[in-house]
Amino acid sequence: MNDYSYDNQTVKGFILSSLFWGVVGILIGIWISIQMWNPSWNIPPYFTFGRLRVVHTNGLAFGLGLGAIFGIFYYITMRLTKRPLLFPRLARFHLYLFNVAIALAALSLLAGMNQSLEYAELEWPLDIGVVILWVIFAINILGTIIKRREEQMYISLWFIIASVVAVAVLYIVNNLSVPAGLFKSYSIYAGINSANVQWWYGHNAVGFVFTTPILAMFYYFLPKSTGLPLYSHRLSIIAFWSLVFAYLWTGAHHLVYTPLPDWIQTLAIVFSMFLIAPSWGSVVNGYYTVAADWSKMRTNYLTKFFIFGITFYGLQTVQGPTQALRVVSQLIHYTDWVPGHVHMGTMGWVTMIVAASMYYIIPKIYNTEIYSVRVANTHFYLVLIGQLIYSVTMWITGIQQGALWKAVNPDGTLKYTFVETLVRNYPFWKLRTIGGIIFAIGMVFFIYNILMTIRKGKSLSASVA
Amino acid sequence: MAGNIYSKPVLFTIVSAIVILIGTAVTMFIPMLTPQMHPRLENLKPFTPLQLAGRDIYQREGCNNCHTQTVRPLKTEVMRYGEYSKAGEFYYDRPFLWGSKRTGPDLARIGGKYPDAWHYRHFEDPRSLFPQSNMPSYGWLKERLIDPEEVRRHMDVLNLPYTEEEIENLRGKTEMDALIAYIQSIGTAVKRRPVVKKAVVREVELKNPLAGDPRAIARGRDIFMEHCAMCHGDDAKGDIGPSLVDDVFFYVEGDLPDDDYFEVINNGTFEGMVEEGRTAKGGMPPFGEELGKDEIWSVISYIRSLKEEGR
Ligand code: HEC
Ligand code: HEC
Ligand code: HEM
Ligand code: HEM
Repeated sequence: MNDYSYDNQTVKGFILSSLFWGVVGILIGIWISIQMWNPSWNIPPYFTFGRLRVVHTNGLAFGLGLGAIFGIFYYITMRLTKRPLLFPRLARFHLYLFNVAIALAALSLLAGMNQSLEYAELEWPLDIGVVILWVIFAINILGTIIKRREEQMYISLWFIIASVVAVAVLYIVNNLSVPAGLFKSYSIYAGINSANVQWWYGHNAVGFVFTTPILAMFYYFLPKSTGLPLYSHRLSIIAFWSLVFAYLWTGAHHLVYTPLPDWIQTLAIVFSMFLIAPSWGSVVNGYYTVAADWSKMRTNYLTKFFIFGITFYGLQTVQGPTQALRVVSQLIHYTDWVPGHVHMGTMGWVTMIVAASMYYIIPKIYNTEIYSVRVANTHFYLVLIGQLIYSVTMWITGIQQGALWKAVNPDGTLKYTFVETLVRNYPFWKLRTIGGIIFAIGMVFFIYNILMTIRKGKSLSASVA
Repeated sequence: MAGNIYSKPVLFTIVSAIVILIGTAVTMFIPMLTPQMHPRLENLKPFTPLQLAGRDIYQREGCNNCHTQTVRPLKTEVMRYGEYSKAGEFYYDRPFLWGSKRTGPDLARIGGKYPDAWHYRHFEDPRSLFPQSNMPSYGWLKERLIDPEEVRRHMDVLNLPYTEEEIENLRGKTEMDALIAYIQSIGTAVKRRPVVKKAVVREVELKNPLAGDPRAIARGRDIFMEHCAMCHGDDAKGDIGPSLVDDVFFYVEGDLPDDDYFEVINNGTFEGMVEEGRTAKGGMPPFGEELGKDEIWSVISYIRSLKEEGR
């Protein structure tokens, strides 16, 4: 039993760190959402929208997202390889370094050290730090898998390996730059080529941080927490290989109608359409797994997190390819529709699955039960409502914006000035803030539940000893 | 056999890396090696030290989180912002700053659209010009000085040409000066789009069909207050832009006929533009895509009526 005890501390450390950065990122999310309809919430120089927005995205993608991924991957890998981590001390060091890096990242972004590459904003000294972090992680994960005590690698390990490899390549290639001082650098790529490299990176950062790792969690924790066996192993093989193959072709769907050569755009659009198939492979696999016993939706509080999470993933992976089409892109590109898309994925899919995985792990490593299923259910409904308010309002205002930008009078002149199209967003942006606050309250319930479970587990183990 | 790979982690890692790298190679690595990805417009100029300093500030302040810098080749977009973006315009952009969200308007054709004075006022307080704008105020940039040696280092890293004089001239320049110099350089390598309604005006209506019409004058006043007063002043006596009620037109004594007024309002002006032998300084934005023919004639009626009053 006590085989993994040391490593559990690291897993727990990552989970708590992830939640901490999650709180920071979400609060900043609410802040910038207010700045968008009330500019007096800008406090120059450090807290203007232009600087805070990147703290929000980096804080959540890397603080919440990567923190959860590191911790949960260590947990899954130990279980699936039936052994402790190969280098437990290194993993502990990884945890400390991670928190230092995220803290410095947030401060440097507030100070305006920014490469202007979306999701790769950090300046070169921190880039080096991130690469070291990733190498440490890769050595430990791949080493543990190689030295495993279980012959077959389960699906989750495939997704973990693919994520480890892909993120390493993506991050290094996109961040290559020439330093021009300690806090400033210039990308080695220029012009349309730099756009192409950036969105090859940008889309796949989403793919290999917000998709494949979350699928690894989904494939592991859905069967674990429901006790139902995975519906089809073969389906997951097909889904895995076609997903990791096709993802890398699609970056240019972020650059539709830009001066990037048309053929690269068209290839990206075609492969985006293709991506529906492997994405839905996982969705179907999830549904059919639970279809063996739908009553789990009622009897097991975690099942609905997984089913709703994979449903939003399914919607996301239909919406995404649709957005890539030229006819749709010309309307919604650059509008608030896209943040609507983004937050269905991040709030509905990523944080839903991550939260469910943490709900599973924390009681397990403390050898206890969750503190309160009731609180977990409240959490679920609040984040669901918050997310729906967010996405739906942004879709509406995004379409409206796209339409107003294009509207012309009978005499052929533009019907609306830019500011006239801007002010129509304000009511929707206010509603979004409300949605965000509801989501954040849901997350408070979640964190409370986790902390109380840990407390309960502590007193339990104390009384046993 | 196929099952084997799932029990061989090293092989699995290698195979998945190869699978991932195929799309990467075709859409990213290989194109990068072709000239297709590195085009350069003939008359594109490299950044000057002041412009580069401004671009660094644009990056530091994250302006790209609200502003894009690419005009798509779509009809209404070209109408709103100007000529669509060309691949060869971005040769010196390291990295590109196209952005992904238009919370504010596209800036790909902002260079020369407004006079510097407009930008100083706008950055100081965007709401003084557009009460409903949500753009942050950047007045504090006026208090921060550029460090010439730092800019020199940046120019050297980018291998851009500069003179000692240009570096020397940075002394005393503020971050706001630099940002505006950069803004005024954006998108200027491409000629302003040719005029749309010009032919109509020249051939059909040389004279204002609404001249003296009281309804048109009233309407013209509203349009003036909404679109023109911010630069020409509420009384049209001049502010950022010149007075419209004096007898000076493009810095030369003597009024011009209605159709020249129409053209200036319809197409805007750019530096060095010659109108009836008079040279413009630039900075009058085009209104032809926002105001219809009747609206433009109405404003002209209004301006003329002010002139009459003044006499
Ligand atoms: C919160 C989003 C936001 C940020 C951040 C922002 N802007 Fe803006 N910007 C706007 C909006 C909205 C407008 C349109 C209303 C107005 O002119 O104030 C605008 C207008 C402009 C205009 C006038 C464009 C035109 O064609 O009329 C310029 C130039 C500009 N911004 C430059 C900048 C620069 C430079 C920065 C960074 C220092 C910046 N903006 C940061 C939202 C933003
Ligand atoms: C952004 C500021 C700005 C706005 C808004 C603006 N103008 Fe101008 N306008 C200028 C500037 C600057 C000039 C001088 C142009 C030059 O030298 O190239 C000018 C020149 C003119 C001229 C030529 C006048 C002369 O005496 O030289 C006319 C006529 C004119 N504007 C009318 C208008 C009308 C009508 C509107 C509203 C529909 C308008 N302007 C809006 C800045 C502006
Ligand atoms: C098959 C799967 C998917 C496809 C084809 C796809 C497609 C797209 C497209 C075309 C855009 C650009 C929209 C525009 O700017 O016009 C976009 C943006 C985005 N998508 Fe997806 N999407 C998919 C799944 C996902 C998932 C699962 C997530 C998880 C959170 C996600 C997160 C994002 C993010 C963060 C952006 C914004 C990028 C930015 O502009 O900064 N996507 N997606
Ligand atoms: C309280 C909840 C949240 C609020 C109020 C919020 C708010 C916002 C706002 C206002 C923006 C800027 C949109 C724009 O520029 O138009 C944004 C962007 C973004 N947020 Fe959030 N957010 C929240 C939660 C999250 C979470 C949980 C994640 C990730 C795990 C996330 C990831 C992102 C990303 C990736 C973007 C960039 C989108 C793009 O470039 O199109 N957000 N968010």
